[in-house]
Amino acid sequence: MSVSTFFFYFFSTLMLTFGILTVTTKQLFRSAIYLLFTLINIAALYFMLHYEFIAAVQVIVYVGGIVVLILFSLFLTQQAGTHLASPSLQQIIFSSLASLCGFAFVLWLVSNAQFHLAVNTSSEYNVSDIGRHMLSFGRGGYILPFEAVSILLLAALIGCIAIAYKRPAHE
Amino acid sequence: MNDISLNHYLFVSTALFFIGVYGFITRRNMISMLIAVELILNSVNINFIAFNKFLFPEKSEGIFFALFIITIAAAEAAVAIAIIISVYRRFKSIDADTIDTMKF
Repeated sequence: MSVSTFFFYFFSTLMLTFGILTVTTKQLFRSAIYLLFTLINIAALYFMLHYEFIAAVQVIVYVGGIVVLILFSLFLTQQAGTHLASPSLQQIIFSSLASLCGFAFVLWLVSNAQFHLAVNTSSEYNVSDIGRHMLSFGRGGYILPFEAVSILLLAALIGCIAIAYKRPAHE
Repeated sequence: MNDISLNHYLFVSTALFFIGVYGFITRRNMISMLIAVELILNSVNINFIAFNKFLFPEKSEGIFFALFIITIAAAEAAVAIAIIISVYRRFKSIDADTIDTMKF
């Protein structure tokens, strides 16, 4: 067993464990912290695939942005120490049954699929290539989705302020 | 990198996807449901990155799909949290079962 194999199993086991804890723990704050560890382990998997830029974006956007946003909204809406109501036994049984059936079905599909694996998986792909593709017009260029996503982010920014804005009482 | 194949990554991402689905079904708190949706989006990202690595390592479509998914997930989380805060202000609760004003 090589070192990279060991680390793959290590990170994916940690990721799945923290993922299960995220959806089963009773306290919402712990759920957010477990989500943070899950996301860090996913970034470690990206590192193992040698996509360091995606791993860095994952850490910056998810761990630094979304988890902090979720924690702030928890502070605004929850009292500390309140426990979530546990779902009923019937709900647990049926939803885990549905998840397991879906899991088995997708695994069956994946194990039967014929993938044409690339022979050489060690191609270098660095950040400057990503930047050049992101802003180029020609083939393999992503300028249009880049601009669309920019407008989407601006709309989300304005929309968040408009939705969460507290209107004065005299209106 | 030799003995870890594409199917290993697909197994991990499928497991994470259905963990997220389980959480989305069982949880009734809106922020918990948002956390489960984040897990689902991340599992899809693992798929894109693994397919890009193992099937088309000389191309970059998977990387860009993953980047745009991360961006849209950030926008989605921000809008969802704004809606949750607005709902909390009106109903003093973010339990999805108690908010049934528009239910017929």
